[in-house]
Amino acid sequence: MIKLLWFELYKIFRRPRTYISFGIVTAITSVIQLAMLSDGESFVNFAMQGINEQFEIQGRIMNGYLIGYIILQSLLIHIPLLVALVAGDSLAGEANLGTLRLILTRPISRHQLILVKFISSFIYTTLLIIWLAVCALFFSLWLFGTGDMINLKSDAFILILKDDLMWRYGAAFLFAMLAMTTIASLAIFLSAFADNAIGPIISTMGVVVVLTILSNLELPLFNLVKPYLFTTHMIGWKGFFDDPVPYEAIRRSCFVLVAYTIGFLGMTMLYFNKKDIRS
Amino acid sequence: MEPIIAVEHLSKSFKKRLAVNDLSFSIAEGEVYGFLGQNGAGKSTTMRMLLGLIFPDKGAIFIRGQRFDNSKRHLLRSIGAIIERPDMYGYLSGWDNLKIFATLTDPNTPDARLHEVLEVVGLNGRENDKFSAYSQGMKQRLGIAVAMVNKPDLLILDEPTNGLDPQGIAEIRNLIRSLSKDHGKTILISSHLLHEMELIASSMLVLHRGKKIADGKVNDLLNPAQTLVEFAIQDTTIIMDQLLHSAWASTLDQHAADALVFKLHPDRIPLLNAWIVEQGGRVKGIRSKHSLEDYFLSITHD
Repeated sequence: MIKLLWFELYKIFRRPRTYISFGIVTAITSVIQLAMLSDGESFVNFAMQGINEQFEIQGRIMNGYLIGYIILQSLLIHIPLLVALVAGDSLAGEANLGTLRLILTRPISRHQLILVKFISSFIYTTLLIIWLAVCALFFSLWLFGTGDMINLKSDAFILILKDDLMWRYGAAFLFAMLAMTTIASLAIFLSAFADNAIGPIISTMGVVVVLTILSNLELPLFNLVKPYLFTTHMIGWKGFFDDPVPYEAIRRSCFVLVAYTIGFLGMTMLYFNKKDIRS
Repeated sequence: MEPIIAVEHLSKSFKKRLAVNDLSFSIAEGEVYGFLGQNGAGKSTTMRMLLGLIFPDKGAIFIRGQRFDNSKRHLLRSIGAIIERPDMYGYLSGWDNLKIFATLTDPNTPDARLHEVLEVVGLNGRENDKFSAYSQGMKQRLGIAVAMVNKPDLLILDEPTNGLDPQGIAEIRNLIRSLSKDHGKTILISSHLLHEMELIASSMLVLHRGKKIADGKVNDLLNPAQTLVEFAIQDTTIIMDQLLHSAWASTLDQHAADALVFKLHPDRIPLLNAWIVEQGGRVKGIRSKHSLEDYFLSITHD
């Protein structure tokens, strides 16, 4: 099993396209950071317009923590696609390449194979989130320095002291890892049905987009299902930047995401264990 | 002696299409056993069922007396296989591919064993090239190396000469013969190149539309008594009526306006020729069709 996992990771990280995701994260964060470097002050002043009239704010508002938060808000929508690129390819890509039949003529169980695909996708997702943390937070801190962070919400603004921020970012990234693992398990599940990676990648994004729209529509009909949609809970990481932190809501979101992940994994095993390999 | 493979009443359907229909056969240890059949005859489906890639609807597979579906993982340790093309990871080297698939069976496969099989298949010195840079023949040879690296008793090779040039076909043929003769492997092989089967296999099974229509030793199946002889005749209708009421009628296999095909012993060809001439038939040529291909076509003829 360990050897199988080792080779799975070896295959993933020897494949050039694996690094496209890391490149995209680097490129987007760099572009946002450059834009903020050149024109960030006016952007922050505009955003703070209403607050500046009522409060006297001193200190460095446009700091690494705020830029990191802005990047996370805009980038976490796109990360599912990058996760789906690898996880959606896991079984369907092997089927398309013709290597799935060669693997399954070896004495390994199909359950083992699914588990290894899931663990390797989890490791990839974790590394991608760590890289996101490095680019979005640590590079921003390096470029813009530290300071207290103002979290602007539609109905309030929250001031978080700089000494109180690092653990919140750590928790938010851990939560993002869980949410992206749910996406990975969905992509693997869809991948089990296909013999070509494009289908599961597009289907994964389709499911995420449709459910995200449902999660955000303020209609009574959808309010009934919203609490049960995993997309409703994927943005739970934002709770770590609230005051007080809504631990109960975050715990509930974690539970839903774990349940979906286990559900997708279980359904993949059930289906794949009986699947005729004809590719 | 217990057969290495015994298949009993195997059937498999895909939606409404019956791909394999009540198939039974057995393969003795040390044999090179050929699967012969047209595209869609059920060869690959049967091989995939023997490897657990496809689940049969009915029937049972026994390998060394053990039911395959009960001890699949254990039994797969003693089987090496290539199904259709030997597809591997193009962005990895031949060595990496071989190492990965060897390790999936036995994590302790020593590098010396990898060198050994690369030597046997003639890929030593090219193992560090990327798989995508290999020629079709090299890919097939690496596929055979992957199949035999864990020293299996049984090799299942589905169309191993597919897409190769004549030189490549000869190389693979010699390799398969050597694996049987020098390494004592039992080999189950399928091929579209019927002549190849004639040269490689000791026994064979003929599949047509998922059903077994013949099996046995290749030499027995090519018995001279089964020889097909084609008489090219200017106008067969002249003698057709007399022929159908004569003793030769039972030997007639196929007929057309300008040719008659008989199944008979070669010694009887002059007698038949004399009889046709006697009846007024104008014989333009006689061709003995004794290849496996002709045999195959004759028994699968609808």
